[in-house]
Amino acid sequence: MSTIKKDTSNINSLENEAIYILREVAAQFEKPVLLFSGGKDSITLVRLAVKAFYPAKIPFPLMHIDTGHNFPETIEFRDRLVKELGLELIVRNVQDSIDEGKVKEESGRYASRNQLQTTTLLDAIEEFKFDACIGGARRDEEKARAKERIFSVRDDFGQWDEKNQRPELFDMLNGQINLGQNVRVFPISNWTELDVWSYIERENIEIPSIYFAHTRKVFLRDGLIWSADDEVVYRDAHEEVIEELVRFRTVGDMSCTAAVLSDATTISKVVEEIRESTISERGARIDDKRSEAAMEKRKQQGYF
Amino acid sequence: MEVIKIATAGSVDDGKSTLIGRILYDTKSLTTDKLEAIEKTSKQRGYDYLDFSLATDGLVAEREQGITIDVAHIYFSTAKKSYIIADTPGHVEYTRNMVTGASTSQASIILIDARKGVIEQTNRHFFINNLLRIKDVVVAINKMDLVDYSEEIYNKIKADFSELMSKRDYQDQKITFIPVSALKGDNVVNKSNNMPWYKGQALLEHFEQLDKADIFNMGTPRFPVQYVIRPKTEEFHDFRGYAGKVYGGELSVGDDILVLPSKTRSKIKEIYFYDQKYQTASRRSSVTITLENDINVSRGDMIVKEGDLPTIDKEFTANVCWMDSTQLVPGAKYVVQHGVNKVLAKVDRINHKIHPDYSGIEKDVTGLGVNDIASVTFKLNKPIFYDQFKNHRTNGSFILIDTQSNNTVGAGFIQ
Repeated sequence: MSTIKKDTSNINSLENEAIYILREVAAQFEKPVLLFSGGKDSITLVRLAVKAFYPAKIPFPLMHIDTGHNFPETIEFRDRLVKELGLELIVRNVQDSIDEGKVKEESGRYASRNQLQTTTLLDAIEEFKFDACIGGARRDEEKARAKERIFSVRDDFGQWDEKNQRPELFDMLNGQINLGQNVRVFPISNWTELDVWSYIERENIEIPSIYFAHTRKVFLRDGLIWSADDEVVYRDAHEEVIEELVRFRTVGDMSCTAAVLSDATTISKVVEEIRESTISERGARIDDKRSEAAMEKRKQQGYF
Repeated sequence: MEVIKIATAGSVDDGKSTLIGRILYDTKSLTTDKLEAIEKTSKQRGYDYLDFSLATDGLVAEREQGITIDVAHIYFSTAKKSYIIADTPGHVEYTRNMVTGASTSQASIILIDARKGVIEQTNRHFFINNLLRIKDVVVAINKMDLVDYSEEIYNKIKADFSELMSKRDYQDQKITFIPVSALKGDNVVNKSNNMPWYKGQALLEHFEQLDKADIFNMGTPRFPVQYVIRPKTEEFHDFRGYAGKVYGGELSVGDDILVLPSKTRSKIKEIYFYDQKYQTASRRSSVTITLENDINVSRGDMIVKEGDLPTIDKEFTANVCWMDSTQLVPGAKYVVQHGVNKVLAKVDRINHKIHPDYSGIEKDVTGLGVNDIASVTFKLNKPIFYDQFKNHRTNGSFILIDTQSNNTVGAGFIQ
């Protein structure tokens, strides 16, 4: 046995902070849920939750808002992870919200179900009476997210009032809310993209195969590499399908996530690639390209 | 190395966002796409320079008005250290954001416009930095390019600021003066050739050479119990673990401890971090502790070393920073959240208001408005276990929660 030098490195202090936050959620809320997308950030959250409550099981379920446009690799991975860890998984489908007439499918070249998720998410929160939703958003991802709290209160409509946020002082997290409100919790707020990847490497965490370099049928549009899947992604006849060695740096829907050219087939190569990258992570997110303030607008409406 | 968080304070137009943008640019932390966005917008607005403030101001209203509204967090790292900069707005009405940003920071930068010198708001920024006992403060005298890099002006501002320093409560705070131009990049990341008279370090050099003892506060170990872990599985049938974060010092297996408030004695049996057992838990580690005896411990209780007790009392006096538009008045009830512990509190009396510009105190106060700082005495419905803020930053601070709105309406530092 040795001294636990938990504060000797950057990643350890972030891990300690995230575990502290997850324990506060379990202690302060009656019905928390972990929003799981199958992406690297939410997979990291699951790992942190396993550590936070050991030897007990994670005391809250996972919920996936399935757009129906996910990469099949992500869904397979999700189901395996849940089974291995013996977790409870709730799935709610954007398709159902469309069928019920609550939202309308977008059309055209840039059609995506990304925005539609919000309605399905808010309905599920109401259905299960969740009072805290844990998410993997990070402040370094995007300018509006840089202003997000760790415990972020949302009103009955799931809205984020960015100019009227609760101050967060020291380590103290105020989880008291009024009826109808809920809290979005971001335990890895202070992690950077590189921190997440370094942690995945150090902890030897399994992630979906699409994060590693693979050959894929793609086409080029607006300088980005789009997945060629005619079921999901609209493609003009002149947009020629080619095969490239690519990987995904961030994983959302097929219709809103662009690939990057890469030959990084192992985690250490991925970490190396991120370290040397001159393009930001969300540079390959088609959903953020809609306008300078795209994320802020979506957050006000109740997006993750 | 732990992540170092640096709070920034400055008035409107002192160039705070520009300074942060400059740090990001010169440390090559801005990615190509972000840089292109800055270039594009700068050009659209007809500037003949790159407006680095665009790198941090994130909300639509901020970009429209060219001001910072809410605390933003900016991340970058060098080969030596990882940094988080809390970009806090400098307007008079935003004291609460400054207190918030400073509460989680170990170092800070106070910006002064070289053309304006020490102004009323500078007093305020310094007061808050000192009240929150930030160990390392850099006074960055900015826009030196607009005063011909004058040593005389720099010395005048330094002398004016030193007058403030004599009034401070926390005398051990280390203060360093650095003349900079955020716009031109002088003495920010790289040493400037324009000010040969300045022999000190550039801003980032200063932070790079700080070590742990320079920035982190130590104290006696305190272990507030966050959550009780009872797996009730076959393998861990009788396991009863107390999860929490260690503050102030170390705890080791075999330590004689007391559980507060009951003052029940026990010994630390095991220290877990995930599935590994350790001999010692260092400060700020999130561990799970088991005890020798089977005693009743719940959330909000505190494990401390025997002979190292905090004050256990149903009454305390604290400097309160009020952050809400409603008034704090004697007799009003609030929830005091002290670490993970919550108790109901009543305002017994407001002793006096403290003017954060060092112009003295005000007695006979009937209520506190937003951004007021005052000495307030509270009575509690049950005792809490606290240390004075000057001895223990974590166990000496608390927040006030409104019982109706549930909002965080104030922060306090126990005297």
